[in-house]
Amino acid sequence: MSALATNARVVKALGMRSVKQTFRRPQLIAPIIVFPTLLLAIQTGGASSAVQLPGFPPVQSFLQFMLAGAIVQSLMIAGNSGGIALAVDIEMGFTDRLFSAPIPRFAIVLGRLAGTAALGLFAALWFLAIGLVFGVTFEAGAAGVLLAIVLATCAALAVGGIGAAIALRTGSASVVQGLFPLVLVILFLSSAFFPQELMIEPAKTIAQYNPLSFIVEGIREPMISGIDAADTLDAVLAILGIVLLGLLLSDRALRHRLRVG
Amino acid sequence: MEAATATAASPRPAPAPWRANLATIAALVARARNELVRVPGAAIPGVLAPTIFFLGLNGVFGALTHVSGFTTGSYEAFIVPVSMLQGAGFTGAAAGVNLARDYESGWVDRLLVSPAPRWVLLAGTVLAASIRALIPATFVLAMALLLGADFPGIDGLAIAYAMVAGMAAVAACWGSFLALRFKSQSAAPLMQAGMMALILTTTAYAPLALLAGWLQTVARVNPVTQVIEAARQGFVGGVSWADTWPGLLALAGMLALLGFLALREMRRTAL
Repeated sequence: MSALATNARVVKALGMRSVKQTFRRPQLIAPIIVFPTLLLAIQTGGASSAVQLPGFPPVQSFLQFMLAGAIVQSLMIAGNSGGIALAVDIEMGFTDRLFSAPIPRFAIVLGRLAGTAALGLFAALWFLAIGLVFGVTFEAGAAGVLLAIVLATCAALAVGGIGAAIALRTGSASVVQGLFPLVLVILFLSSAFFPQELMIEPAKTIAQYNPLSFIVEGIREPMISGIDAADTLDAVLAILGIVLLGLLLSDRALRHRLRVG
Repeated sequence: MEAATATAASPRPAPAPWRANLATIAALVARARNELVRVPGAAIPGVLAPTIFFLGLNGVFGALTHVSGFTTGSYEAFIVPVSMLQGAGFTGAAAGVNLARDYESGWVDRLLVSPAPRWVLLAGTVLAASIRALIPATFVLAMALLLGADFPGIDGLAIAYAMVAGMAAVAACWGSFLALRFKSQSAAPLMQAGMMALILTTTAYAPLALLAGWLQTVARVNPVTQVIEAARQGFVGGVSWADTWPGLLALAGMLALLGFLALREMRRTAL
């Protein structure tokens, strides 16, 4: 068997383990699916009159607008949960056993990220299904839905890289868990829940430069108006930027972990 | 010699039951305080979460005040009581998580074999949560005042704090019920999500008339709507008894129901 095929099997096995682990532990799956769904329902019901505001983009309903925000919220939490699970593996000594196995180091991290990406895919499908059940129409059709799913999955992989890097560096589940409020801050300071033009300063200005805003808009546009090449390109570049940052941090953290044991 | 022997042999009179109960409650509250003093970092998530929600919701949904029918021009003032109550919900639910942790470590078993009545054990946990909830409430309030929310007046502030303490007690009963039912910290998301749903399916984001149809229906029957309206009155208008008593009644009802459920689980745990 070629080295590539062996590595692919390792990544697949670790990815499957990561997904199963999440679905078996309520404390991991609840924040990824239950909280964003609850918040989607409450925000959609509570702030639905926002669509009357002058300057609000033309949408079929507030739910149609909010779906992208819920997907991104879910995948951000999936990235954080993936980091927590990796840190637990380090605390329990499971990662040490993987390090001593004849498999490349990157496959260990990639396996965890594959699991996070799968959760991002699941979150995208979950929220799109909610949209369909409650009568949301996707303006760009099947191609737009596919684009949203692909962007969400890649974004989950990207933010998972940051979570993995922090887990590898600190080796502490409580430290990674402590970053959860930061996830909320980054979300609120993006256009995930409201049009950026209608946000209040300083949130408005920060949202303008927040890479998450580009990802949200890339996922949202196919739903509310149609595929926009510029928005899609911005989203892809934002995801690539986060992937590169995650790779760089993970590489350094992995070296640190191997050095300190 | 005989007198000395008689003195040594005679047992010390037992304190009156009410005095012993009060001492037990005070000891449990002191234990919760010690946890906070010894691990101050443990209080940070409870303070941070409602503060982030307050700042985030204000920054994101602040423009909602421009929608026709909104009852105030200041979203900070409108949302601050909600964030204070959210802090109470998080703190109360955390009391449930701590109880589950105590169960896992065997501490609850030791409490249950003590001669203290079950309601006293629950009262200690609930009272500690009520007092602790004042910390995030004060922090969020300070942030709101810094951002320009109007001071609600002494009466409005007193009512808001009373609602916060009461809501934390409700959340602690809910958390204790789940902790004793599932006997595991894994129930933590259920404790938090339950409180989050209860507090936010109300007039939290907008006045009743501006809510979507289904949420309007839920908010009408959700007792926490009355609690939020009572806590909010000083921030968005005048304080009146007519807006206060429904909140107190709602708190009393929720406390009675969830307190009963928590006590029942505690009795079952002891069997």
